[in-house]
Amino acid sequence: MFEIVGKRELAPNIKWIKVKAPLVARNAKPGQFVVIRLHEKGERIPLTLFRWDKDEGTIELVFQEVGKTTYELGTYEVGDAIADVVGPLGRPTHIENFGTAVVVSGGVGAPIGYSVTKALKEAGNYVISIIGFRNKQLVILEDEFREVSDELLVTTDDGSYVRKGFTTDVLSELLESGRNVDYVFTVGPVIMMKKVADITRKYGIKTYASLNPIMVDGTGMCGACRVTVGGQVVFACVAGPDFDAHQVDFDELLKRLAMYREEERLAMERFLQMRQVSVVGR
Amino acid sequence: MSGEFKRREVKKVRVPVPEQDPHVRIRNFNEVALGYSLEQALEEASRCLQCHVKVAPCIKNCPVLVNVPGFIRKMLEGDMKGALEVIMETNSLPGITGRVCPQEEQCEMNCIMGKLGDKINIGKLERFVADYAREHGIRPEVRIAPPTGKRVAVVGSGPAGLTAAADLRKMGHEVVIFEALHEPGGVLVYGIPEFRLPKEIVRYEVEFLKSIGVKIYTDVVIGKTLSLYDLLEEFDAVFLGTGAGTPNFLNVPGVNCLGIYSANEFLTRINLMKAYLFPDYDTPVKRGRRLAVIGGGNTAMDAARSGLRIGYEEVYILYRRTREFMTARIEEIAHAEEEGVKFMFLVNPVAFKCDENGWVRAVTLIRNELGEPDETGRRRPIPIPGSEFDLEVDAVVIAIGQRPNRILYQEVPELEVTRQGTIVVDDKYRTTLRGVFAGGDAIRGEATVVLAMGDGKKAALAIDEYLRTGEWPERIVPMKIAAD
Ligand SMILES: Cc1cc2nc3c(=O)[nH]c(=O)nc-3n(C[C@H](O)[C@H](O)[C@H](O)COP(=O)(O)OP(=O)(O)OC[C@H]3O[C@@H](n4cnc5c(N)ncnc54)[C@H](O)[C@@H]3O)c2cc1C
Ligand SMILES: Cc1cc2nc3c(=O)[nH]c(=O)nc-3n(C[C@H](O)[C@H](O)[C@H](O)COP(=O)(O)OP(=O)(O)OC[C@H]3O[C@@H](n4cnc5c(N)ncnc54)[C@H](O)[C@@H]3O)c2cc1C
Ligand code: SF4
Ligand code: FES
Repeated sequence: MFEIVGKRELAPNIKWIKVKAPLVARNAKPGQFVVIRLHEKGERIPLTLFRWDKDEGTIELVFQEVGKTTYELGTYEVGDAIADVVGPLGRPTHIENFGTAVVVSGGVGAPIGYSVTKALKEAGNYVISIIGFRNKQLVILEDEFREVSDELLVTTDDGSYVRKGFTTDVLSELLESGRNVDYVFTVGPVIMMKKVADITRKYGIKTYASLNPIMVDGTGMCGACRVTVGGQVVFACVAGPDFDAHQVDFDELLKRLAMYREEERLAMERFLQMRQVSVVGR
Repeated sequence: MSGEFKRREVKKVRVPVPEQDPHVRIRNFNEVALGYSLEQALEEASRCLQCHVKVAPCIKNCPVLVNVPGFIRKMLEGDMKGALEVIMETNSLPGITGRVCPQEEQCEMNCIMGKLGDKINIGKLERFVADYAREHGIRPEVRIAPPTGKRVAVVGSGPAGLTAAADLRKMGHEVVIFEALHEPGGVLVYGIPEFRLPKEIVRYEVEFLKSIGVKIYTDVVIGKTLSLYDLLEEFDAVFLGTGAGTPNFLNVPGVNCLGIYSANEFLTRINLMKAYLFPDYDTPVKRGRRLAVIGGGNTAMDAARSGLRIGYEEVYILYRRTREFMTARIEEIAHAEEEGVKFMFLVNPVAFKCDENGWVRAVTLIRNELGEPDETGRRRPIPIPGSEFDLEVDAVVIAIGQRPNRILYQEVPELEVTRQGTIVVDDKYRTTLRGVFAGGDAIRGEATVVLAMGDGKKAALAIDEYLRTGEWPERIVPMKIAAD
């Protein structure tokens, strides 16, 4: 059992938790993730490591409530425990001094983008962070990003905060303005990552994306997470989750993410019903 | 005693094993073979000729050398605890082996009774003893040697790891098992379905190990959470029983269509995550009308039969050779047939067709004919040009084999592995890294439960010797492992 020792709401439906998991904290590296299972009847879901503290033996996760499991996790409070936390999984993000690096993060990709930005900065890069959200309410981790970036550009889809538009608009402008960029890392919605790849392809900039396919074990045992990269089928949990964005078949990834849409809806409805009953019951 | 056995009339016919009716059982995940009652077990036991232990072919053909006539005699004497102890002298997991071993090609293969009538149903007797003991709270007495002060890490909690751990513990060593998944058992919990091997039994046998002092840490992936080097720092020796858990996919167009599973994913969702109880349990699995399973081994049978039980109306096994070359256990092929699984032989998928949303709609098959025998002695399937046809499906399970998971040794260059990814060991199960031993599917590729247990046993002996002598060879001479 893995105890929750800290919890905060960062934005509506976006929560931050700190969990005691000393072995995970000990070996964690930027870009890696954990697979968690809440309880006996729970499913296994992947969440990225946002921050970790070796000495304290804790890890921090940021998650968005999108379905049954993440909503249920959102009801867990400090002192509650998660049945299983496995990790750190996946290959760490490749970090070196590229020169000028741009990290493009969308929505709840921000926590991953943060750990990568921080590592790129520590490796001596000049780092420009672009973070985008649907609206002002959903903006998270702005201060954290500012701390580890040389430049920070924030966007909202509806223009309710800073500037209006998508992260990809900002990236396009930056590159059109003739800025010399050596490396781009992107994480967020699949559509966004696909667009980032399309933009940087034109400029021939080396670009990596952190992919988020459906996972079960997260250790290379099942192939649920398989993606096509450069025409080859690979398992994202062990070969990734980072891949050369110019080689990834994003359309296929997008389709595969929809595989359980019906079942996810059913599980969510049932969860809400049961919550209602228990609230009324009290 | 022996005079009494000789006088008795030989009962030629096996006592049949009661089973759930096929029409009923395809609606549930309860065990299919119900097992003997006490009377039935004793009657079947009484058919045994009690060959001398030195010559009994049943003992010789058992990979862990269970003293078959010995435990049968104890049964007949009414001493079930004694029977259990005889089995457990060499086999730590009798409730499991009694259910999943291919007895027809092991202990029962040359049973002398076969010359007079039916061979003794050794597997079901072993199972009976284990079940009887469990249900009556009978615990075997195990002798644990005084503490040696040595510590051994076991990686993986499948049959190889569990067996090695039990034996090492009995030798007085401290033993810690590290398991990547959230439940111990390996294929026994995530692969083999509930209706063949109830998880309650695996749990019980794992609990027994804990009761003798074996520690088990789940949720620890060696190679990620801890490295093999970390283990070598903390432990005097390491045993790798990491299995062959990475699925092979067909390299054909459309293999990533929605609704196409590896058998491992399909079975893990159903067995380990209990997707058949969705939405009571949170893990979903796709249900539909027609399922195609590709392959001819135990894994394929398990996937097909699980498919029926989660509600597929028509389930096909698509196999590239003919019936006699299928590697699944005969009993399980028969069960699948009784349950209405349809078999198509001499076909090979060449493509999958998906609709505009990416869902698989059909598998394109090509017909084969059999050519010359290949290196495994089985006749090679050769595609017949122009014979392609489509089979409409809602989902597909690919069960064409597995290879070892490299997550463990990705970053351990000293550990030599073969091209197939199996770990190289010598005849004492020593790897090319000092202090590290390996066995089971990790050195063989996909094999059987009892072979993995046999490896675990022999490796435990070798580890014990190493812990006492500290001897390690200059060079590892690879052991020859018979291809399956
Ligand atoms: C390597 C990896 C790292 C991840 N890290 C994080 C993280 O740090 N924070 C975070 O909030 N989420 C992260 N995710 C996504 C997270 O795993 C899913 O949001 C979660 O599994 C949803 O579970 P659920 O039962 O709540 O929702 P479900 O009922 O499974 O899904 C509800 C809806 O959410 C969407 N969804 C489901 N799975 C994913 C997915 N893998 N990616 C994107 N959308 C999905 C689907 O559109 C679906 O309809 C990560 C995914 C991967 C593969
Ligand atoms: C569906 C199916 C049906 C089968 N049916 C039969 C049958 O009827 N009869 C029979 O005799 N055989 C059967 N087999 C084969 C049999 O199950 C295997 O040969 C046997 O389980 C191998 O045992 P093992 O201990 O070597 O490995 P496994 O049982 O595979 O166990 C390996 C364990 O190691 C863990 N692990 C792997 N890597 C790591 C790591 N890095 N860190 C920590 N833990 C790790 C895995 O999670 C797993 O739990 C079947 C196999 C399958 C897949
Ligand atoms: S070979 Fe058959 S008859 Fe002889 S001891 Fe073994 S089980 Fe009994
Ligand atoms: S999640 Fe199972 S192989 Fe990646």
